[in-house]
Amino acid sequence: MIRYLKSREALLVGVILALIALIASRFPAFILPSNLVNVFTDTSPLIILAVGQAIVILTRCIDLSVAANLALTGMVCAMLNVAYPGLPIPFIIAVALMLGAVLGAINGILVWKLTIPPIVVTLGTLTIYRGIIFVISDGAWVNAHEMSAAFTGFPRAEILGLPVLAWLAILTAATFFVVIARTPLGRAFYAVGGNPHAAVYAGLNVGKTQFWAFVLSGTLAGLTGYLWVARYSVAYVDIAKGFELEVVAACVIGGIAIAGGAGTIMGAILGAIFLGIIKNALPVVGISPFWQLAISGAAIVIAVAFNARAGRAKGRIILKRAEAEAQA
Amino acid sequence: MQNLAPQMDAAPIAPLLELSGITKTFPGVKALNNVSLELFPGQVTALIGENGAGKSTIVKVLTGIYRADGGTISVDGEQVAFTSADDAGAAGITAIHQETVLFDELSVAENIFIGHAPRGRFGLIDTAQMNTRAQEILDRIDAPLSATTPLKDLGIANKHLVAIARALSVDARVVIMDEPTAALSQKEIEELYDLVERLKSEGRAILFISHKFDEVFRIADRYAVFRDGEHVGAGLMSDVTEGDLVQLMVGRAVDQIFPSRTHSAGAEVLRIEGYAHPTEFDNINLTLKAGEILGFYGLVGAGRSELMQAIFGITRPSAGTVYVEGEACTIRSPADAIANGIVYVPEDRGKQGAVLGLPIFQNVTLPSLAQTSRSGFLKLAAEFALAREYTERLELRAAALDQDVGNLSGGNQQKVVIAKWLATKPRVIILDEPTKGIDIGSKAAVHAFMAELAADGLAVIMVSSEIPEILGMSDRVIVMREGLIAAELRRDELSPETLVRHAAGIGGQA
Repeated sequence: MIRYLKSREALLVGVILALIALIASRFPAFILPSNLVNVFTDTSPLIILAVGQAIVILTRCIDLSVAANLALTGMVCAMLNVAYPGLPIPFIIAVALMLGAVLGAINGILVWKLTIPPIVVTLGTLTIYRGIIFVISDGAWVNAHEMSAAFTGFPRAEILGLPVLAWLAILTAATFFVVIARTPLGRAFYAVGGNPHAAVYAGLNVGKTQFWAFVLSGTLAGLTGYLWVARYSVAYVDIAKGFELEVVAACVIGGIAIAGGAGTIMGAILGAIFLGIIKNALPVVGISPFWQLAISGAAIVIAVAFNARAGRAKGRIILKRAEAEAQA
Repeated sequence: MQNLAPQMDAAPIAPLLELSGITKTFPGVKALNNVSLELFPGQVTALIGENGAGKSTIVKVLTGIYRADGGTISVDGEQVAFTSADDAGAAGITAIHQETVLFDELSVAENIFIGHAPRGRFGLIDTAQMNTRAQEILDRIDAPLSATTPLKDLGIANKHLVAIARALSVDARVVIMDEPTAALSQKEIEELYDLVERLKSEGRAILFISHKFDEVFRIADRYAVFRDGEHVGAGLMSDVTEGDLVQLMVGRAVDQIFPSRTHSAGAEVLRIEGYAHPTEFDNINLTLKAGEILGFYGLVGAGRSELMQAIFGITRPSAGTVYVEGEACTIRSPADAIANGIVYVPEDRGKQGAVLGLPIFQNVTLPSLAQTSRSGFLKLAAEFALAREYTERLELRAAALDQDVGNLSGGNQQKVVIAKWLATKPRVIILDEPTKGIDIGSKAAVHAFMAELAADGLAVIMVSSEIPEILGMSDRVIVMREGLIAAELRRDELSPETLVRHAAGIGGQA
């Protein structure tokens, strides 16, 4: 029990509650249920992407192309909707998931079969995917009035007081919590990131496991692409530009070790929520949004320093006495 | 004690470098015990010993990488203390390592002068002077190299020349060469010998570490033999024969007790025919029976681990077939090998064995996930049951099975790794250097366990560089040399001398 209270996730929950209490002490309106729902809904895209990114980082990779994937998939969905306004939303979502998966699979194949470092692969595909948006849209915007009401209404529709967007974030979190904790693939993500050599000897295919991580991350980016474009009712080349860094930040703050193999889906979600609260609270508190970058940055540095400290104790234990203590 | 040579004080020249009473202990292992070594100016001293005899450790003590726990080092009769590699360099001692420690992206001259480049105005590196001086040194050793060539364009032999040039650039009086010929062709070896002769004629003292007897007799003036971290003999090469040196290397007191085994091999489990690899091994044929322990002996680099990795599917052989229980099987990946009942416990358990950040039970079930999951989902209860069964059998000491493996001691981590493999219920288990770097007590436990596995009908392949272990545990031994099977020996044919002769390729029988 004490072990769970001392965990990274419990600490983050504490920090988030303290942050909310601090804001509420000056602006009580911030903790009205309706506002908290707004904050959560606003953070939902970040949560969905952070779950995918967390899986990729667990396998010692990184996916910098998520925001570009999101923008490309979003543009394709928007253009489909404009061209065929009658297409049902489930069909649009299926297209978003599949296109996202394909874009993720391209990253995965390059990492797996050509063994190019993931940071290079996704930096390249990031640019390529953005470029493709420009090519297919001629740089033009798809605006709200061109989209169908069903298309833009879906993420905002409320079920039990929560918008669909928020429900999808919860569903994603729950699904991947189970995938990670309860499937051989989930276990393989940890093993491959924690010790790729040992994973090879245990009969796991390191490259293939990383490939699947990229496919999952891409699929979630695709889903977010449709949701993003529909929610903001606009699609253009530069949507969500630079958002990949926020996604990585959420993972790092949430305790996903950048060296792979350590961290939890819950942590990544909490990291995303932490960033979401800061982003939404600063304007309320009257601090310039420009400070938001500095605060996010400081949170990342603190989180990494914290990870490094926690990791240091994990050396080899040689003294029998220390081993007994570690086990107590 | 067992010195075969006349006493050194008869020598007309004083030693340039003198080590005496050097002791170095690592947790659980005494790597050097009261060792002495003398190097003379203008002479080549060959350092000979089995793997693990302490040769690398003494080099590290000499070059200031390790600090000895006790003993003295004297240069020119004056006692010195090295606290860093810089100190050793300043005292004129340089080592040329097996894997050359050079920088691929820098030029030859930059490599030669790294750390002590000539400085010009404002403390900036004087490139022109550096290149000129580097070229002078290269010309002096007849190295056909330009000082400005990027190092990455050079072959391994020329990289050795750069390393030697580097030693000369600091005017090293003591040059240590750690198996310098291991990766060289015959012609390149001849050129290296010429260079060694030249270094000798310049009055430098050379410590030449080698496994090859022919080159030791060709180039060395003196020898020093280490065994199990102790100095067991030294003298002039002209006073000894190959046989004497082999005797010194292996002639140890039997200080380990091995489990007694009643040998009753069952049916054939594994047969390998015509296994070959373009660069690592060729023409490998072997059979293995249930309940048998097959030892694999050879020098480091003889291709034993490479062969095992191919059998386990990590690398692919270019030819050959594996039969498990008489049936030919295709092994393209470790997963295939595990499915066919072959498992491999690698040598470097820290790096290749356990996932330290995962709990014990998840480490144990990692290769058996298909067994512990149903319709795509893992069954925690099944995982715990499997992990408990095998960790209890190995008497693992841990508070709980969901504790991270990183929090366990080395010996217990190893038990987790072995439990992991046993949980796959293998028919063949390959153990690569199973007792390397562990203390005597733990060794005995591993040996007893190995005997138990064989008694249970498992076929065991034990790759080991330790002669007592090979002699004490094996029913049969295959000796490999330079990627080929040099000999296959029955238990009654085994002796330390035969093993060393076959491994080193010395003609004739002991």
